[in-house]
Order: sequence, then C-alpha cells, then structure tokens
Amino acid sequence: MSSETMTLFSPALAARFDALVDKYPLRRSALIPMLLYAQDEVGYLSDAVIAEVAHRIGITELDVRNVATYYSMLRFKPVGKYNIQVCTNISCMLAGAYDLFERFQEELGVGNKGVTADRIFSLEEVECIGACCWGPAIQVNYDFHDELKPDLVPGLLDGYRGKALAEGSGKNA
Amino acid sequence: MPRLVSHPDEVKIVSRRFGQGAAEIDRYIELGGYQAAKKCLDNGPDWIINEMKASNLRGRGGAGFPAGMKWSFVPKQSAKPKYVLVNGDESEPGTCKDHLIFLHDPHAVIEGTIIAGLAIGAKTGFIYLRGEYRYLIEIMEKAVADAYARNILGKNIFGSDTEFQVVTQTGAGAYEVGEESALMESLEGKRGIPRIKPPFPAVVGLYGGPTVINNAETIATVPHVITMGAEAYAAVGTPRNGGTRLFGISGHVERPGVYELPMGYNLKKMIYEVAGGVRGGRKLKAVVPGGSSTPVFLPEEIDIGMDFDQVGKAGSMLGSGGVVVIDDQTCMVEFALRTISFYQHESCGWCIPCREGTDWLKKSLTRFHAGFGSMSDIDNIQYLAENMMGRTFCPLGDAAAMPTIAFVKKFRKEFEDHLNGKPCPFAREGVPQLTVV
Repeated sequence: MSSETMTLFSPALAARFDALVDKYPLRRSALIPMLLYAQDEVGYLSDAVIAEVAHRIGITELDVRNVATYYSMLRFKPVGKYNIQVCTNISCMLAGAYDLFERFQEELGVGNKGVTADRIFSLEEVECIGACCWGPAIQVNYDFHDELKPDLVPGLLDGYRGKALAEGSGKNA
Repeated sequence: MPRLVSHPDEVKIVSRRFGQGAAEIDRYIELGGYQAAKKCLDNGPDWIINEMKASNLRGRGGAGFPAGMKWSFVPKQSAKPKYVLVNGDESEPGTCKDHLIFLHDPHAVIEGTIIAGLAIGAKTGFIYLRGEYRYLIEIMEKAVADAYARNILGKNIFGSDTEFQVVTQTGAGAYEVGEESALMESLEGKRGIPRIKPPFPAVVGLYGGPTVINNAETIATVPHVITMGAEAYAAVGTPRNGGTRLFGISGHVERPGVYELPMGYNLKKMIYEVAGGVRGGRKLKAVVPGGSSTPVFLPEEIDIGMDFDQVGKAGSMLGSGGVVVIDDQTCMVEFALRTISFYQHESCGWCIPCREGTDWLKKSLTRFHAGFGSMSDIDNIQYLAENMMGRTFCPLGDAAAMPTIAFVKKFRKEFEDHLNGKPCPFAREGVPQLTVV
C-alpha cells in the first residue's frame, strides 16, 4: 500500500502528520501523537490505521502495536460517539464519583466499558484526569465536566444525544 | 472552566496572572511577561544558574530537587544537542495545579522554558502534556505559535542571534510517563518504560543529549524568580524551601481548590482556615499531604509546616502538593484499595516487585474490603509493600508501597474491623460493594 493512493487519513490529518515529523530530531517521536490524532478521526486504532501509521513513520506494525498497547487512551475497538470517562480516583471518589458512575450506568443501561445500542455513548471508569479540586469530574471525549452531581446526568446526556442526532448518527465513533 | 478560589493568606506569585486573560500574548506582555527572559538573555547562563540556586526553588513535581543545582549538572560542552523538557504529564491523583497553569498562564511555561534553555545552552525545549489535557494542549500550541510570530521563539529570539525552538507534545494516557526517564522514552515514540540511572538525564537524556527536565510548575515559577530576584523569592518560603507552592486541596473540605501559599504554611490551618474545614461539620480522619503516593497523616499529625523538609521529617512527603482531606465517614480500607488499584493499573510491568506487588496488594485488599480477610493478611499486606520499596527502576513501586504501609500501620483497627466476614462498616448506599470472584 502506498499512502498516496490508499489512505485512511483525511488531507488535514495527513498534513498534520507531515508538519509533525519535521519537528523532532527523530521521526518516530511523532508516533504517539499521530496514533491519538488518527484515533480522534477514525474512532479507534483499526488494523488499517496501525498499518498506515507504521508505513508513514517507517517502522513495523508490530513496533506500533508494542507502543500503542502501553497507553490507556489508545484503543483497539470502537466506542460510542461520546465516550464518557468517569474518574473514580481518590479525590473524585471522596466527592461522590461512585454515585455518579452508578447513575451513568443506570441512565445508559451499560456497565464499565459498555457501548449503548445506538452507539451514541460509551462509558468508562478512568483513573485521575487532573481535576481533583473540582470533583467529581468526568470527560466526555476531551471535554471536562467538573463538580458533576448525579442529578445533572440526564440533562448532560440529553445535550449530547441531541448533538449526535443533529449530526446524523453515532457513526464514526 | 475549573473554578478559581482565593484566600487572604495566599501569596500569589505563580498564580498572579490566573483569571487575567494572560493566555493572550498581548495581555501577558502587558502584565510584565517576557521581561525575565530578556533579562536572562542579557545576563548569561552563569548568572541565571546562580539566581536559580540562590532562590532555593525546588522541583514541584514531587522529589523537591533544587532546580538551580539540577541545571548546573548539565555539561557546558556537549557533542550532542542539549534539551529542555517540561513535564506536564500531571497524573498524580490529588494534583491539578499544572492544569491551571496551562489554562491561565501558558506563556509563563514558554518563558520559563526559554530561560532554562539559555541557562544550559539548549536550542530546543519540549513541553509534554498528558493526552487528557487536549484543550490545554491547544492553548499551549496557540501560545507557542503567538510567541513565534513575535520572534520570542525562533532563530533570533528577541532580535538576538540566539535560537530557541519550542515543541509541544501530547501524551496518550500513562501515569508512569510522569517519571523523567519514562517521559523521555515516551517523547522518543516508545513505551514509557523507565531507564536505569545513572547516567542521569543531565548527562545522557533525550535523544542521548544532556537534558534538563522540570515540572511545569517549576518552569512557570522561573520567570517570577528572575523578576522578583532570587533573594526576595527565597524569603517568601522557609530555609532551603524557597517561594510558594500551588497546593491543591481536594476531598472532604468546604472550599476545595488550588491555593498558592508560602512554603512552610501550616497544614492544619490550610485545611481549617484556607479550605474552610471538613465538609458538613464532620470530623477529620486522615490527610494525604502531597498526592496519592505520599504516606497518610492522622489528625494529630497535621500541625506541621508544609515544606519538603518538615513533611519529610514527619514521615511523609510534600510530593506534588495535592492535599487530600478525608472525613470520618470514609472507610480507610476502601481508600487504600482505591489507591493501590490505581498503581496496579499504572504499573508498566517492567520490574517484577512492582508488577506483582501492586497486583497482589490489590487482590488482598479487594478480598479484605469484601470481608474475607484474615488477621495474617494485615501483616502480609505490610510485608509485601515493604519488600517493594527500593527494588524497582522507577519510583512507581515506592509510590504504591509507601502509602499502603502507612494505611496499614495507622489504621490497623479499621482493617481488623473488616475481618471474619463482617461487611464494610462504612458501606454507603450507592457504593458498589466489592465481591470476591
């Protein structure tokens, strides 16, 4: 496969990659950012994404997988369009994160690492996200929601659901 | 946007520009920004390092190593390029101070990076942020682009013939990458497995070149040290502990938040006055003084000054400045379990004592919290944790073991209350009870 003829990357992502590799003394320094940016666009690190990143960096697919499996944000299966990450680490736990996590499970009808049938949402219990003084805190994809109480969960979900439906579907998750 | 707090006892140095719109370069310059870097460009490396040494600024990441001394270890002559690496992988549970720095004062990070570069003779600085901080990475990227547009970064900084480049980098989720050698591995596009030391990064670091690695708060403090003068900065703190600290107070307090207080500020006062005391008028049970890896304090142990030396002497660590306050309705076995679960999740598996130790501790504590523990388990948990100490490449093993030992030693009675099939005495509604599978 040549990246010029068969590519999963959008022109914007390809351009970002080309700009990125030039910034470092070593090309493979771009690997981890590229995996994350590719995941943002494609939804997860599919075999094809891994192959393309390996090709573009100039390392083997095995090498890419070896690195990718280390990082908790990188995933190998699709998630919902909106991935809800509830921090339950100590500060958030003390602020009521488990009540919050339970409420999300009830509202979505899925457990930890579950994906809703409409693929709009997925739910994940995560480690500290660096919002300890504003807990309980969650991230929906990259957006932080601080001091989130269980009663606010239905409204939050409605907001994202409305956005997803307006955009078409849970596709591209 | 995270809530900002304030208290009359605060001495705002690093947080001086928070909430002032200083993420915009014009505003930053209007507020005195980039003057310190210019001054350093005029005065040269030896002057900068002497100022840094005199300031008693110690590493804000957790270890508290004197920043000026760290910079002075970098060899003047080097065949390989030298680098500055800013550690913004903020991942220590209880810690969210760098979050605010990147959000409100990204140019202070850039300016501190330039000064570190001038001090050691580096032409490139990398600013590495944890991947979860995407919106902050975007703020940093914009700040860097703005600085290039003004020739504050580039081939000829401030119109001089000195070059300095800054590159921002995203992580992708890994606590361990906050360890300096793992951070370098990650930036080189590898798994964040720590390197054996020596050689230390000051000699052989990023891409094999001499490298200074500092926490983002340390770096953001540097321009203020230069502006205020080292002596004035040092005078704010206690002996050998210069300046202020961004203390993140979280957990069961009335007014959680990030407060900038002088080094050596009394912990009890911090909890009861600055943060408004224990939430809901409850009683204090325990305090984690500097992020989840630091040994817990009992209420009778908190009448101490919060600097590296005093907290160290009291048997814990000032760490990352994340003060976690725990009330009397909290189960310490559950708290210990949640803490060790984190380290078990984050252990990279490279060193066996850490990989196996964290896993067994999690298993034991899970069983224990569910009421299936035995008296000998209590000693075994402590024994296991003690045998992880000092037996791993990086401090993650110690970080998991230290708090565990303290939990068992200081809350033994609570562990005993979970014995013989008794359910957790603190079980709250809505909290899923852990069960043995």
